Amino acid sequence: MTQEQKFQAKIDEEIRIEPKDWMPEAYRKTLIRQISQHAHSEIVGMLPEGNWITRAPSLRRKVALLAKVQDEAGHGLYLYSAAETLGAERDDMIEDLHSGKAKYSSIFNYPTLTWADIGAIGWLVDGAAIMNQVPLCRCSYGPYARAMVRVCKEESFHQRQGYEIMLTLAKGTEEQKAMAQDALNRWWWPSLMMFGPNDKDSKHTQQSMDWKIKRFTNDELRQRFVDMTVPQAEYLGLTVPDPDIKWNEEEGHYDFGKINWEEFWNVVKGNGPCNKQRIRARKKAYDDGAWVREAAMAYAEKRRKRSEAEAGIKVA
Amino acid sequence: MTDKEALYQYVLQIGDNALILGQRLGEWCGHGPVLEQDIAMTNIALDLMGQARSLMSYAAEIEGKGRTEDQVAFLRKENEYRNVLLVEQPNEDFAYTIVRQFLFDSFHYYFQEALLQSKDERLAAIAAKSIKEIRYHLKYSSEWMIRLGDGTEVSHAKIQTALDDLWMFSGELTTPNEYDLKMAEAGIGADLNAIKPAIQEKVAEILKIATLQVPADEWMQSGGKEGRHTENMGFILSEMQYMQRAYPNMEW
Repeated sequence: MTQEQKFQAKIDEEIRIEPKDWMPEAYRKTLIRQISQHAHSEIVGMLPEGNWITRAPSLRRKVALLAKVQDEAGHGLYLYSAAETLGAERDDMIEDLHSGKAKYSSIFNYPTLTWADIGAIGWLVDGAAIMNQVPLCRCSYGPYARAMVRVCKEESFHQRQGYEIMLTLAKGTEEQKAMAQDALNRWWWPSLMMFGPNDKDSKHTQQSMDWKIKRFTNDELRQRFVDMTVPQAEYLGLTVPDPDIKWNEEEGHYDFGKINWEEFWNVVKGNGPCNKQRIRARKKAYDDGAWVREAAMAYAEKRRKRSEAEAGIKVA
Repeated sequence: MTDKEALYQYVLQIGDNALILGQRLGEWCGHGPVLEQDIAMTNIALDLMGQARSLMSYAAEIEGKGRTEDQVAFLRKENEYRNVLLVEQPNEDFAYTIVRQFLFDSFHYYFQEALLQSKDERLAAIAAKSIKEIRYHLKYSSEWMIRLGDGTEVSHAKIQTALDDLWMFSGELTTPNEYDLKMAEAGIGADLNAIKPAIQEKVAEILKIATLQVPADEWMQSGGKEGRHTENMGFILSEMQYMQRAYPNMEW
């Protein structure tokens, strides 16, 4: 058996691949691309929600939102660490984000215009993320799978919190209901796009399925999301902005309308409403923070030298 | 001034410091210089907001008009906020943020430590819960004062400038007003004159390790505790109160 065959045999037997194990270069590259993209999504995702921290309508909501955005920073940290186990460096990954070489979830290129968007993001965006991420807890690469266990726990908490915001609005005044409906109108289609292109147009799917990085196809996961979410919208008394949504008795699924892929590819290419602002904000934070990082390194170096000098004195 | 009115104002003084500084730190979330510090500053904001909630609820109870913590926190006029001027100063950059935090934490730690002995059980209980958090805040901001002061030439210059600029807001923290005096006398509040030497000593100790110059004694600004704020306050409130003002009397 070649090394590659042995590797595939392990995967077929559901044995986890660990950092020091041999792996094909393409597997390593695919994982670095996917994990760093995922980490970037967490970090960029802090921006649209972070927008509302200073304007949150109550102290309880403010605290919950601070904690949520902080969780996302934490997810970013463990995902960068998981990518580092494959030999990637955090600074290089960040450089690729800033240069546009690395992607992040396009959903974060849409603006958060009202408080209801914070509810809609929790409910729909985190809901879609969980659909994508729960199967990743069984991903063949150990560090990624383990990071995802923790991420998923927190994401499902965020999703419940988001739904609870929507529920409060839906039970509220006419103005609040209108705010909730408007948010659903704007976030519904971009949320369906989060699952990526249709299977027939997805270039990475088959290889990732064979490597058990991916367990379900984009279209399977998207269908699951629709099936779960439509009844939740009904419970809220809100209307999903798709006239073609209909329960299909025969298939046991909801049928839904055609996704605007032109919009999807445009946002991926950088033409979304906030692509430029998001990257500019990330770059600004990084560039403005350079002197802080340099100071921390310089200080650590001084301390190391001083303690060496002290140790030297003691030895003498 | 009745005892009840004095206690209400006193609790607001403490609560507004936590609320406004927490609000300022919240502006950093997603924009920190390093991911780890983004998380750390959000942690401090969370602690302060938690303290603000306890204090706002208590203030609402003392007031006795059936208002909620949110009504007290969000629906006052600018001159009814009792926070010190220091906490409303803008983030500017990480240096200003750290100096503001350090000057406040040095005060806050000894202040809440004194409140552990308060005859008011609620204030003593809130102090007992907060003091552990504040000990960490003070450790965090002290470490960064040292790291930036004794880091590079650039960081040293930046943190010294921030210290020089914010110094004039440090005096208000330890200068008692009528509520401080009345509450201290009643054994409810902290005696600011008594804790002042410990605060000064702590600040001097950290500045020395950080290789920073203690700014020359100069005129100290004050007025926040009486509701006379800097120009920053209106902008903070227009953001913080936006939802409550635009959509009054709703549940969120």
